[in-house]
Amino acid sequence: MASKLKQSNRAGWLMALPGAGLIGLFIIIPFVLAFAFSLTNQRLASPNPTEFIGLENYSELLGLAVFTLEPERDDAGNAVVEDGEIQYPRLRKFTRKNAEFPHLDGKREWFSWQSGENRTVVLASDVVFMKALMNTILFVIVVAPLQSAIALTLALLINQKLRGISLFRAIYFMPVVVSIVIVSILWKFIYSPGDGLLNNILSAFTFGAFEPHDWLGDTSTALGSIIAMSIWQGVGFHMVIWLSGLQTISPTLYEAAEIEGSKKWQTFRYVTWPGLRNTAVLILIVITMQAFALFAQIDVMTQGGPLDSTQVLVFQAVERGYGKQDISGGSTISVILFVIVLSISFVQRWLTRERK
Amino acid sequence: MALVTSENRGLRLGARYAVLVLVAIIFIFPLLFMAMSSLKPDNQLLLDTSSLRAFLPVGEISLDNYKDAFERAPIGVFVFNSVLITGLTVVLTLLVCSLAAFSFVFLDWKGRDVIFSIILATLIIPYETIFIPLLLMASQLPWISTEGLEFGWLNSYRVQIIPFIADGLSVFLFVQYFKDLPRELIEASRVEGASWWFIYRKVVLPLSGPVIATAAILKFLFMYNQYLWPLMVVQAEEIRPVMVGLGYFTDQLNVPWGEVMAYLTIITVPVLAFYLSLQRAFIASVASTGVKG
Repeated sequence: MASKLKQSNRAGWLMALPGAGLIGLFIIIPFVLAFAFSLTNQRLASPNPTEFIGLENYSELLGLAVFTLEPERDDAGNAVVEDGEIQYPRLRKFTRKNAEFPHLDGKREWFSWQSGENRTVVLASDVVFMKALMNTILFVIVVAPLQSAIALTLALLINQKLRGISLFRAIYFMPVVVSIVIVSILWKFIYSPGDGLLNNILSAFTFGAFEPHDWLGDTSTALGSIIAMSIWQGVGFHMVIWLSGLQTISPTLYEAAEIEGSKKWQTFRYVTWPGLRNTAVLILIVITMQAFALFAQIDVMTQGGPLDSTQVLVFQAVERGYGKQDISGGSTISVILFVIVLSISFVQRWLTRERK
Repeated sequence: MALVTSENRGLRLGARYAVLVLVAIIFIFPLLFMAMSSLKPDNQLLLDTSSLRAFLPVGEISLDNYKDAFERAPIGVFVFNSVLITGLTVVLTLLVCSLAAFSFVFLDWKGRDVIFSIILATLIIPYETIFIPLLLMASQLPWISTEGLEFGWLNSYRVQIIPFIADGLSVFLFVQYFKDLPRELIEASRVEGASWWFIYRKVVLPLSGPVIATAAILKFLFMYNQYLWPLMVVQAEEIRPVMVGLGYFTDQLNVPWGEVMAYLTIITVPVLAFYLSLQRAFIASVASTGVKG
């Protein structure tokens, strides 16, 4: 571009330098350092010199093995059953310095299932990391479509021509400007067990039929509660992006649909939705990226508990890299997170290219 | 098609508003609860959660929680720090990123396209993934002060400001906006012998109100709400921002909820007021990250 302008190397460099230099120093170099640390055993303060250890950090995090336990058998070859349960040799026998099973060494049980008489066990080198990875993916898989859909519904609500609509738009967007830390504290209070605010509201709406629940203290609802709160906080942001997408659709299309007597649903299906395709891809990506960075909610509300049911990647990276001063371990998790985010942005490129 | 009577229409309109109000309540109730609770003594605050009283200024209403909160923590210092850090960063961001974007869009220089694409690529690096190496780096960086050369940036204002001045998104927003400005205007000034610095300051910046607002608002929200980074790099009380100050209230054995709510209200209400007064600009700023992203 800029064919008519003369080359102006000196001025160009000078003007770009502060910005480019700061980005290089404070974003690119730390990013490269994270890669470098992930290949070493760097700690924040350690008497031993830092060594290059290759991909060991990665195998310590990502190591998986599947192992089938056969039941203990009596002399006749039948499985030993005590109290109605099939007895198995202890897993430890295979994972603690057993020369026959070097690939199981140091691994611990992640989950298992029954297949006939045998029990199949999936072992992981780092069970907490695996849980964090799975919870993060679960969080993203639930939040991305749900939050996009709710945001679109809100955008359609707000796109009506009604008096005072901008007041409602302002209210729906309000949680976005409030810090997620503050929001987390408020919701921790709202979710409190027993006589908490949410329990009371639900009980009032069901005329007392609802039993008080410990939202954040129960492994089955903790992550769900955090998901609901995160959607509440962030949905206004994406509503606004949808809204600007909606407003690019030409009104004449709607007029045409009305003249032809199309029903509301048909108008949405054949006029609105096709006009929103690119916005849809963009919103999914934005939400996905934001969802992977989930941290403050966990730090304030659950610290990863109960029983690791709300462990997530960034929280683990911070806990190890900062809390336990294990720089290399934390950096390795950061790099894994980055690789996931990068692959998603490639998917985005591919999706948007396909549609054009 | 159904016959639309005026009564029918009125009913429909009512239903529409009912839905809008219901949704508004969902978005407003935690904030309303926060503000109302900040006026109540702890025991009443907890009791009130069993009824609608939680959202009403009823019972023993006073500003005692605010008084106690100010006694527990140097809130004025925290607010001052946050305002200083956020304000300085926003101003520097606007200057540095718009200048770089100006250079990328209007000037032609060796290496420009390569550097611009590297900056664009940083857009997908989440800050959370670089904080640990950044922390290690910051602990070693040199700084020249009145006492000469020193090393280590931890526990300072600069470590909370300088790393966040330049970022890919801000540069990108300015680049997108500058691209749509009429090039003839810049070329004409150039022909008349104006320097690049003059063109930037007197031709381009005066035309850039909307993008300046957008970049400023996004940076403001990011900086004021920063939590993890200041938690990592700041120990000294006198340079803590508001989010780190929260620990004074929540890290207690018996959390003084009334004071917590008072503190949350103190640090949230100014932002909400700022937002409500510039509502259109806030919403437009988010919208523009979407349309052009």
